[in-house]
Amino acid sequence: MSKGGRGWTLRLAGLLSPVTVWLGLFFLIPLLLIVAYSFGKSGVYGGLTLGFYPGNYLKVFDPLYLEIIVRTLVIALTNTFLCLLVGYPLAYFITFKGGRYKHILILLVMIPFWTSLLLRTYAWVVILGGDNGIANRVLQFLHITDHPLTLIFTPQAVTMGMVYSYLPFMILPLYAALEKFDRRLKEAAQDLGASRWHTFWRVTFPLSMPGVIAGSILVFIPSAGEFVIPNLLGGARSMLVGTLIQQQFLEARDWAFGSALAVMLAVLLVGAIMFYVRRVGTEKLEEV
Amino acid sequence: MGDTKGGPVYRGLGKIPDQVLLLFASLVYLFLYAPIMVLVFFSFNSTKSTQVWTGFSTQWYGELIRDGSVLGAFKISLIVGLTATAIATVIGTLTALALSRHDFRGKTFADSAIYAATVMPEIVVGVSLLVFFVAATVELGIVTIIIAHVAFCISFVTIVVRARLSGMDRSVEEAAQDLGATPVQTFLRVTLPLILPGVMAGALLAFTLSFDDFVITFFVAGVGSSTLPLKIYSMIKFGVSPVINALSTVVMVSTMVLILGGSRFLTRRENA
Repeated sequence: MSKGGRGWTLRLAGLLSPVTVWLGLFFLIPLLLIVAYSFGKSGVYGGLTLGFYPGNYLKVFDPLYLEIIVRTLVIALTNTFLCLLVGYPLAYFITFKGGRYKHILILLVMIPFWTSLLLRTYAWVVILGGDNGIANRVLQFLHITDHPLTLIFTPQAVTMGMVYSYLPFMILPLYAALEKFDRRLKEAAQDLGASRWHTFWRVTFPLSMPGVIAGSILVFIPSAGEFVIPNLLGGARSMLVGTLIQQQFLEARDWAFGSALAVMLAVLLVGAIMFYVRRVGTEKLEEV
Repeated sequence: MGDTKGGPVYRGLGKIPDQVLLLFASLVYLFLYAPIMVLVFFSFNSTKSTQVWTGFSTQWYGELIRDGSVLGAFKISLIVGLTATAIATVIGTLTALALSRHDFRGKTFADSAIYAATVMPEIVVGVSLLVFFVAATVELGIVTIIIAHVAFCISFVTIVVRARLSGMDRSVEEAAQDLGATPVQTFLRVTLPLILPGVMAGALLAFTLSFDDFVITFFVAGVGSSTLPLKIYSMIKFGVSPVINALSTVVMVSTMVLILGGSRFLTRRENA
């Protein structure tokens, strides 16, 4: 296919026009629309006047909302850190100790990843719920506690549900990164007298950084915008930004403030990715 | 064990950490699977409890089948999934062809837009589409759900098909054209059969994403157009019940069969 010429231009236009129309109309324009709305002013009865009112963005500094935003960031970061803490040893185990069971072991990580997040969260609603619930009975059996604890509808329950749901998102890129790792480097380090511990921190871990970063992004982004898990496992005192946005649109009908929150979330998260892509390149994201 | 090439010096040293690692890995797998097992187990309970075992029964599956609203939601999910997959697969494949075969002004922008669509938080996509449909006075319902699903599936199909195209030997296409095939003939007779596994994999991914989506659908669905995930969500909000356990079991088993069967089929094709 030679470049230039009428045929080439026509063919290209033919290939690209469907995606341009669809993503332009149903992805880009809606995004621009909420940017415009975020500077608008909500009326008392849910109407909205366009204009330039930065007040919606200033409103997030209201202690009431600031608390929710800080809580969201704390939970999302905790979740990312816990997924890394649990996921790294597992990815390491599968890659280096999995032997001929490697493919089955990684498949076992992927299966829950394919089952609906909603159902996986429901499983925890069942387990954590009630004084005589499964989790409470297990805790009492293990003598960790002697009386039933309130487990569900707490920030800890939300974190728990998130780690459970997002763990595979961390393990898969870590596994991909460790798989590409040249084992001879490890051997070389050890032949040169480095201890296992040293070899790990000085050779293996730094080389697996692309996987660590990709996994962290894949976990952090959806957990910062999450609203299914906090809605089902969290209580009134553990509301996150996702639920706050949903309420502004569906209950409070303050679309201007809701839009401002959504725009901030998008800018923050997409900004984090752009930062990553600049550093590592898009190839790494494509792999995962 | 994997690292057989290790020298004798550190192999001995590594014994204890290896066992700790094995124990740790077993616990993580237990953590991943125990909740799902509990869910499946109590779907066969004989009483309404989802926590205390009283005996075996399949009554909750019976109740599930008799519940017309679950079946209705399943039908809507199926219609949405199949339609959105068909549209997104065609558009995504065309886009992949354009991006991997052509250089043009604005390609970087097109690339970024496609990636942005995959990483944009779902809640942002959901509310922005809600605002858009309301502003355009489009009535929320099955059509708006399909439109939204196509929008988020296109990018995933594009990425999968593009990966397949980049691994393809271009000389076969050139040979076809040298032998006098028109571009359309070349595409239909040479390129398409070669990238078909990629296209199918993209379609499978699109279907699972659409069938599973809750957040975006939550914002663009209207009254009376509940998909299965929306129905499940409202059931959970209403209260824990073994019927939800039964429904979960059915959904999980069918997703697994679909994906494992699908990937089997695809690897066979790829090897053929």
